[in-house]
Amino acid sequence: MDLALLLEWIIKSLVLILILLTSFAYLTFYERKALARIQVRIGPNRAGPGGWLQPVADAVKLIFKEELTPAKAYKVIFVIAPMLTLLPALIILAVVPFGSSITLFGRQVSLGITDINVGVLYIMAVASISVYGIVLAGWSSNNKYAMLGGIRSSAQMISYELALGLSIIGPILLAESMSIGEIIDAQRGIWFLFLQPVGAIIFWTATLAEVNRSPFDMPEAEQELTAGYHVEYSGMKFALFFIAEYMKMIAVSVILAALFLGGYRGPFVDQVPLLGPLYLFVKVFVLLFIMIWVRATLPRIRYDRLMAFGWKLLFPLALTNVFLTAVGIILADTYGPAFLWSIPLMSILAFLVVNYLARDRIATASAQAVSFRR
Amino acid sequence: MTSELILFFILAIVAVASAVGMLLSRNAVYAALYLILNFATVAVFYLMLSAAFISLVQVTVYAGAIMVLFLFVIMLLGAEHTGRLSESGWMFWTPIVLGAVLAVEALYIILRQWKAIPATQAAGSDFGAPAAVGLELFQNYLLPFEVTSVLLLVAMIGAILLARSKKA
Repeated sequence: MDLALLLEWIIKSLVLILILLTSFAYLTFYERKALARIQVRIGPNRAGPGGWLQPVADAVKLIFKEELTPAKAYKVIFVIAPMLTLLPALIILAVVPFGSSITLFGRQVSLGITDINVGVLYIMAVASISVYGIVLAGWSSNNKYAMLGGIRSSAQMISYELALGLSIIGPILLAESMSIGEIIDAQRGIWFLFLQPVGAIIFWTATLAEVNRSPFDMPEAEQELTAGYHVEYSGMKFALFFIAEYMKMIAVSVILAALFLGGYRGPFVDQVPLLGPLYLFVKVFVLLFIMIWVRATLPRIRYDRLMAFGWKLLFPLALTNVFLTAVGIILADTYGPAFLWSIPLMSILAFLVVNYLARDRIATASAQAVSFRR
Repeated sequence: MTSELILFFILAIVAVASAVGMLLSRNAVYAALYLILNFATVAVFYLMLSAAFISLVQVTVYAGAIMVLFLFVIMLLGAEHTGRLSESGWMFWTPIVLGAVLAVEALYIILRQWKAIPATQAAGSDFGAPAAVGLELFQNYLLPFEVTSVLLLVAMIGAILLARSKKA
């Protein structure tokens, strides 16, 4: 193995981890500020000018907090679980390019750790093992609320992973590749968001459930479970769960940007490669705002509704979307590329039909509930 | 080659140790965790054989999906503590006999074919690429693929039928 190449990989991995850690810290600040503005408050403004040192203050507080381990906890797993939660969040972005390549010290350096030909599968694999940390945290705490939170989250993540995987198939079919870099390159002309609007919506909804964000934050529903799977954790161990959650927010935003919004692509990015990371940053910034906005707007949905929504609406809709995408691609192959636009038309139609059916179903369900009450 | 060999032996030790740990642990959750570790090690083996596709599918399907369900069921039923198996029951002896049969069989094949094993050759650049795997699956192995999918469908329908409430 080439020593310089090894060194390059190590440096790039370290830079990625450092960027993720810093952006996590300022994402919490961003969220608190944005939430405050939406709720007509001011938000954190005491630590440093304009509150900009708030994340530092939070970090210091969490590091110096006392750490408790319940006497009847399963100690080894109790300690490992927070690390297991953080690990997938750290490694999932390894296959996503952050820009094309630049020349640095006479070396051609690609921005991004690696771009393997099964990149999408790698993302699915890492997403599928990310549930372990939470489940094990819930179980090893030996606390019924933590346990319920862990079980809820595993059920939720298994259910939404199906829709998530199916929504990724759209971009794969359109780009004819599983490598994230090639999917981004295939969006040179047009973002897949416009060819796959329903796929993007399904992906976004499913990832909100995957990272346990509101309105799908059932595992940590305070009213029902005090705090969910991390109720027994304190100090730095709790901080690891916190870091993992926010890093996952960043990670899924980057992945959505890569799959549907053209990743690092933008005007003049071929001439000035350094613009790539900047475009990606702007896209991720907007997507994160949408996440915060959703949290500020929508109430948490009930647990049975959440499962019903995942299995009875999202999953069939995602299957239909895959089918319609394949049909559209065959149509485009036989009758010309203009027929590619049949994909968004057909899928939006399917979306509206499902929407109509769902509204009908929910209306009758609540009518029944009312009649039961009498 | 040597670094690969060292890596192989480290992985082999982890794989065997996790398998033994799975068999010996009294707590079903720990057993499941050892099995997950074992699956992950096997995935790394595939990766060393430059079969990235199979490796990631192994992680997604076995370590990710199936074992999560296992763990879920163990925790939901509170069936962590299995207790000691009696050393005379059939549940103790059957696996030992079957395992011995498998070991003898494997040894026989290895010893008989020792000379016939061809020297290793480097895999082609598109070996194990998703497109190559897909083409192989849908051209040469279409019938087994379809039969498997029908089998899974039948299992799924059966599960739904069993779980359906009577009045609906």
